[in-house]
Amino acid sequence: MNREKFFSGGFQESSIEQPIEKAIVQDKTYFLQMKEHPWLSIGSFIVILLLWEMVSRMEWIPPLFLPSPSEILSEGWIMLKTGLIFKHVFASLSRILWGFSIACISGVIVGILIGFFSIPEAIGNPLIAATFPIPKIAILPLLILWLGIGEPSKVAVIALGVFFPMAINVYTGVKHVDPLLIKAALSLGSNRTRIIKKVILPSILPIVFAGMKLGIGIALLLVVAAEMVAADAGIGFMILTAADLMQTKKLMVGLIILSLLGIFFNWLFQRLEHFFIPWKQ
Amino acid sequence: MKVLIDHISKVYRDRKGEATEALRDIHFAIEENEFVVVVGPSGCGKTTLLNIIAGLLSPSSGQVIFEASRIDSKPHTSVVFQDFALFPWRTVLKNIVYGLEEQGLIKEEQQKIAQRYIAMVGLQGFENKYPHQLSGGMKQRVAIARALANDPLLLLMDEPFSSLDAQTRILMQYELSRIWEETRKSFLYITHHIQEAVFLGDRVVVLSRRPGRILDIIRIDLPRPRKEHLTTEKRYLEYVDLIWGYIKDQAKEVLEEMK
Repeated sequence: MNREKFFSGGFQESSIEQPIEKAIVQDKTYFLQMKEHPWLSIGSFIVILLLWEMVSRMEWIPPLFLPSPSEILSEGWIMLKTGLIFKHVFASLSRILWGFSIACISGVIVGILIGFFSIPEAIGNPLIAATFPIPKIAILPLLILWLGIGEPSKVAVIALGVFFPMAINVYTGVKHVDPLLIKAALSLGSNRTRIIKKVILPSILPIVFAGMKLGIGIALLLVVAAEMVAADAGIGFMILTAADLMQTKKLMVGLIILSLLGIFFNWLFQRLEHFFIPWKQ
Repeated sequence: MKVLIDHISKVYRDRKGEATEALRDIHFAIEENEFVVVVGPSGCGKTTLLNIIAGLLSPSSGQVIFEASRIDSKPHTSVVFQDFALFPWRTVLKNIVYGLEEQGLIKEEQQKIAQRYIAMVGLQGFENKYPHQLSGGMKQRVAIARALANDPLLLLMDEPFSSLDAQTRILMQYELSRIWEETRKSFLYITHHIQEAVFLGDRVVVLSRRPGRILDIIRIDLPRPRKEHLTTEKRYLEYVDLIWGYIKDQAKEVLEEMK
């Protein structure tokens, strides 16, 4: 109890004893100030790797089910040296690149059209609402039927998967363009098409990048799934055949490549965003 | 050059079809080289009137007519908005040349005109900054330069200084007065600030509360150039008092209604 009592010296007989309580103001937002723990992030990662290494080395879990990190690494090194890895990575990457690019370009175009013009909006909105919920991998058999078992069907399924989040993102972005900026452009003499180029496009750039980051995750998911259904190369194919042959180390290498690809694309888009949107600090 | 605001009325209808009358029979003219200020209590349809003159809103009845010896295809008006409306992805210079790009001027011509107005509003050295790097007063300078660079028949300003702090606002009033004396264009300036209206205007149009009607048009017979000392002069204060009389009555009526 930090209650202190004060007495007024000269008037003790007349004044009643009045205790005075003190309260010191505390910063209530203290817990909101998240501290940074850089060493904890790195340290915990290393500890988990070491634990994993130990668990496999001691054969608490059979290496067939869980090979140690060092074994996976050496397997990866062998695959790198023999060049086997490149064949699969390039196969997957080219599918992603094609599907992703087609989806981004068409997604931006469709998003702007349905966001800015009333007739495309009336036609496009129900179509998107009806087709968007279908899991894209469920369309793959149909795409194979239409486009054959080769590359086009895999590229198409990736493009479909990335297209929807992109188009929907851009549509929302166009709807939220600051109307004041459009008014300013109109008063300075822009017409409708100039407004799309000079106001809408730069306004939606941040949301296009958000769509790309969302889309690349979907692209990785779909490329693996498509390659597991029908392919003779690719990371998904590599993982599936490794599992069939109980080559757990090879399977794990595939997973690590997928993780690295995800990290790489995220980094790449971050850099591109900085480059293309210099007005955002 | 002359702009005729010809019996403009505006009625807004919401989705339920309920009507709100914003403006009733606004009729006045803006002469060549004239600085006209529209002043009125908040919610009197000042901004509605400006948007109609700028061609950003259609009136329910009446029309706005520009008369000039030569009317070309570029916009007749430029607007300086209250919230600046600068393009955040364009630097100061790029914002200022926006309208010139739309007119299809060549690069050198754009640069020449932009430099002139950058100097006029005192933005030298800030050409390559982005709007988010500027203070409010600086942003409004860019917006003024951008509007002037387009060389409109009539410059429209919609409470341009009301989002600035009080000190910056006063300094910007002096600046604007100087800029107008330099360019001698027709300005239409909208504000709820009476002192500002008297300090800047050749004529002050006093609007009533909603629906906005013209209560009076007062010619401000004060010498130019108008400088700081003007604000302590008797005639200036008389004009302020006259307009305050109108606005006070309007504001009182609103308070009465709310009881």
